Amino acid sequence: MTDPEPVVHSEPEEPITGTRLTPVEEIEPETELFTVNIGPQHPATHGVLRLFCTLEGEVVRDVKPLVGYVHTGIEKSCEDHQYWKAITFVERMDYLAYYFNSLAFCMAVERLLEEEVPPRAQYLRVAHLELNRIASHLFWLGTAILDIGAISPIFYALRDRERCLDLFEMSGGQRLHTRYFQVGGVIEDIPPGWDGAVRRFSREFSTRIEQMEDLLDKNEIFLSRAKNTGIVSEERLLALGVTGPLLRATGNPWDLRKAIPYSSYDHFDFKIPVGTTGDNYDRYRVRIAELRESLKLVEQALDGMPEGPWISTNRKVALPPRHELATSMEALIHHFKLVTEGFRVPPGEAYAAIESPRGELGCYVLADGSAKPARVHMRDPSFVNLQAVPDMARGGLVADLIASVAFLDPILGGIDR
Amino acid sequence: MPDATGLELIAQRVGEQVGDDAVAGTVYYREQATLDVAPARVREVLEYLRDRDPDPWPLLMSLHGVDYLPEEPRLGVHYQLLSTERLDRLGVRTRVGVDDPKLPSVVEVFPTADHQEREVFDMFGVEFAGHPDLRRILMPEDYEGFPQRRDFPMGGEPVLFTFNEHELPRWYD
Repeated sequence: MTDPEPVVHSEPEEPITGTRLTPVEEIEPETELFTVNIGPQHPATHGVLRLFCTLEGEVVRDVKPLVGYVHTGIEKSCEDHQYWKAITFVERMDYLAYYFNSLAFCMAVERLLEEEVPPRAQYLRVAHLELNRIASHLFWLGTAILDIGAISPIFYALRDRERCLDLFEMSGGQRLHTRYFQVGGVIEDIPPGWDGAVRRFSREFSTRIEQMEDLLDKNEIFLSRAKNTGIVSEERLLALGVTGPLLRATGNPWDLRKAIPYSSYDHFDFKIPVGTTGDNYDRYRVRIAELRESLKLVEQALDGMPEGPWISTNRKVALPPRHELATSMEALIHHFKLVTEGFRVPPGEAYAAIESPRGELGCYVLADGSAKPARVHMRDPSFVNLQAVPDMARGGLVADLIASVAFLDPILGGIDR
Repeated sequence: MPDATGLELIAQRVGEQVGDDAVAGTVYYREQATLDVAPARVREVLEYLRDRDPDPWPLLMSLHGVDYLPEEPRLGVHYQLLSTERLDRLGVRTRVGVDDPKLPSVVEVFPTADHQEREVFDMFGVEFAGHPDLRRILMPEDYEGFPQRRDFPMGGEPVLFTFNEHELPRWYD
């Protein structure tokens, strides 16, 4: 009987981990790399986004975002409508941030008309913009966390988003696509009681943010999915034109509200939250902090709301008040001209940029002197930010690709327009 | 925004450093400065403005096309530059005709131009020489025509994927 061979535990030459891979150039592409389409009909792509992935096992080697599935030609349609009717169209681009779309368009037209916006209208705009930012971030929060596997937060997030929509319904009559902003101001003053309703929401919502954080910040699964995934350096993001919370998560405090203020944002006292590493967790933290800052802005707008008109008194641009129509022939003529023909804009071109929940939202308008724009173009932040997906996903797992797309917050309506 | 004088100074510097034929003019309108650039030199001008100008413009924020019908040359491409240091914007514009709309691609200078140049190609038919992957981006790949041109008709789009097309033969004619 021979002694058994002693078992020698030899150390493997390199540790076997989930990401140990053969270099791409050494393997046969036909046998080792394979391509998978994620989308366009896939619940984790936030709409009809198609991700053309080249995978090596679980690891993403390359990904190409393919878009255009919900292209509806909004920019072309705008050329066939008067300026004040085009507002309705542009609101439908980025359908979660409709106030922002209409503001970018209105600001471009106001710049061409050299139209001053009354202070009360500017404050009303800020109050609605920031409520819309809260609603948009809440929708992002719910769906992004849903994408990485947690069901509960979407119910809480949408419950609070409903409150925002109720406030929009109260002030403008519509919950989505309110068409509240007009060229020269806003369509109507806020109704009695709106102030109180917003303050009630603000009081309750500040504790709800904490509840949301409690749900997520100690959740092991969420943390391991979000931390250290989807990192792209600040320089690369800037080269790719990425703005908004994605850029701020890397520590760059670029925010147009502070940097190049518009709509009297310079009157307000607020902070710009930034992250440190720029991973998905930082993106989440930045957006949560922005919820608090937006809430502060809404309250300040209510506190400092100036008295006065809420839309320009230039009858060539803004509709006359309803009560004047019964007594003033001139008002009736202006009303008729504005509703049938619209206002004419002197020839020229303008680019107006604002800070939407997703980054720089720019609107370019070319006027040819008629009552219809000759060209409307939206520089939509989702469209530009989407170019960062390959950088976020390369070398990571498919699961991290899903998380990165979710935390990028692309809105396909805005991408495809 | 650089004011009208600042814009003239930029134009002068670009003319000296890149070449006299590079600058086609300046437009200062509604407090926005736009530099008109010859189409063949647009890449060099943007490279100069990004790297070598004493007041550099490191970021390209937007690139979009426009059709100036009935003016000639009809098509225009705008580059919106941004400086986060000086909180300032500069527009660069170039014009090409519809017969042979060709421009040098700026993707190597500004990687963000990738999707946006594809969109301009898709909508206006401007071909960007040197673009790594110049395909349609929003319209279907087999689409004919460039829909954002102003002489492209509104309406009359054939409906895709109609199951009862044979019952309604070319109803859209």
